[in-house]
Order: sequence, then C-alpha cells, then structure tokens
Amino acid sequence: MIAWQHRDTADMRGYHDIGGLAGGAVERGEHDYALWEKRVDALLVLLSEAGLVRVDELRRGIETLGADAYDKLSYYERWISAITRVLIEKGVIGIDELGRNMETLKARWNDPATGEAKP
Amino acid sequence: MSEDHSHSHPHADPAGPDEPAMLTDYQLMEGAVRELLVEKGILTHAAIREAVEAMDARTPAQGARVVARAWVDPAYKARLLENGTAACEELGISMGPTHLVVVENTPEVHNVIVCTLCSCYPRMLLGLPPDWYKSKPYRSRVVREPRAVLHEFGTEIADNVTVRVHDSTADMRYLVLPRRPAGTDVLDEAALAALITRDSLIGVALPRTP
Repeated sequence: MIAWQHRDTADMRGYHDIGGLAGGAVERGEHDYALWEKRVDALLVLLSEAGLVRVDELRRGIETLGADAYDKLSYYERWISAITRVLIEKGVIGIDELGRNMETLKARWNDPATGEAKP
Repeated sequence: MSEDHSHSHPHADPAGPDEPAMLTDYQLMEGAVRELLVEKGILTHAAIREAVEAMDARTPAQGARVVARAWVDPAYKARLLENGTAACEELGISMGPTHLVVVENTPEVHNVIVCTLCSCYPRMLLGLPPDWYKSKPYRSRVVREPRAVLHEFGTEIADNVTVRVHDSTADMRYLVLPRRPAGTDVLDEAALAALITRDSLIGVALPRTP
C-alpha cells in the first residue's frame, strides 16, 4: 500500500503507468478485431520470433509515443506506430520507402480500377 | 502486392469492419510495413496469414478446457497450480514465450487479473483480450477498488472473502481457476467446460451454474 501511495504523484509516473489511479466506470463494450488489427498483432508475433522487434521494444515504442498520442490512438494504432518506429531505428525499413508505399497503397485503394488489390 | 483476394471490391460490398471506405493513416502504415517486410524477404504473406489464423483459433474454450480438467482431476489441478505452463502443454496448449501462473479461487480468496501497464493477458489460452481489459478505467481502478469494479460486472464478492488482484507482465501471465459450482457432480468434463466463461477466467465473473 505504502509504495503506490508514495508514487501517487502524477509527475513520477509514465502516462501508461496508471495502476491505482482514479477513473471512470469500466465500459464493457467490445469490438471484433478488424483484419488490419489482427495483422498488426501477427506482425509483432512474427517480428518478435525473428528477433527484430521484441516485446520490450514494442513497449518502449508505445511508452514514448507521448501522452497525447497514447490517449488518442487506438490500441493497434499504438502498436503499428511503435513497430514501425523500431523497424526504422534498426534500419530494417527506410522512412522514405515507407512513405512511398503508404502513398501507393492509398492511391491503389482509391482507384476503382485497382480496388481489388487493396491491402 | 497483396496476395489476399478473398475480399470483394469495396464499392461492391460496402464497409464492413474489414472494409472501411477510407483507409486511416495507421491502416496504410500497417499495409506499407507488411509489404516492405515481404519485399525484403523478412516475412511472407503466408506466414502472416497463418499467424492471424492461429490467433483466431485461440478462444476461451481452451482456458475452459484446462479448468474443467482441473475440476475433475485433482492430480492435474495440483500440477496446474504448481506449473501452469507445463500443465497446459500436457493438453497440447503452448504458452509460447510466456510463463503461466494459475491462481485458485477458494472459499477464502477470489482472484482477478489485470495488466496495469499495458494489456498482458493469457492470450494463448483465451485469445485476444476484450477492449475493456485494455481500457484505462479497468487498468487503473481494479487494483485499487476491485470490489467496486466487480460490482460493475454484476459480481459481488462477500466481505469475508479476500479479493486478490494479480498484475500481469509481458513474461508472466495469470489465469484464474474458478471454484467448481455446486450441483455439478453429475456433469462430465465437456459439460463443465461449458460453464466456464472467459470473464470467470479473468476473475470479473463467476462460472455459470447448470
């Protein structure tokens, strides 16, 4: 008890470190995970097995997003942000090619002629 | 290029959960990262698809099967409480890189699990966690006022029962072993498993009664 009471000053906590803080009612709603969310999960599982993005690196990525982004992003939005950042830091992917690929995907999605080949 | 041609065209089949009318930046990021990793030979589309399917195949039925076995087999229960990871492997369920600790509900103690820092969950036994498990109100409050949180789930624990909350980590996951409901002596293992809900394995609810 003493330990968390002592730590209860907000400035000593990371924004993810919320155990014991006050909060509102637990909202019981649930959603079925979308395919893209399952793929983010799968990427982490596979990259972790490959030793490229370990769970602690994922956590560091999430815990350094900044409090604002942490609150605004959905769960798997945080994950893909963190995974991408670690991959860029390690030089596994480049930020330029990432940007190009995102633009290509966006164009492909918006083009009725190629809409079948979406991500 | 994506191999997944299983979905119909978005204009022919308007937005379902997997078919948003517009991709968000984060969905684009996922697609772009995935394609780059495949282009570079680091991952394959098949491996990603298999990982998605493997996760989809994990449901609370697996956790229920473990608990039902423990209810009918005292020796198995002892092994489960001694080493949860090894006892699950006996039933062909791998915990992957994580270690499982099973915490037993008794007449004196009711257990609840949480991950205050993030979302660690016995996903190999229960599948992906429900949204509320990852929510700030659950993570912050259940360690401080568990009875109030359980009340919101419609679960009342008597004042003379200790409520013990277990905070999971990336490496160590908890599973609650609920008490076998009274009046179930005649039920077989499969019928018992049907009483064991996901929420009873998290500890926010009790098993169904027959």
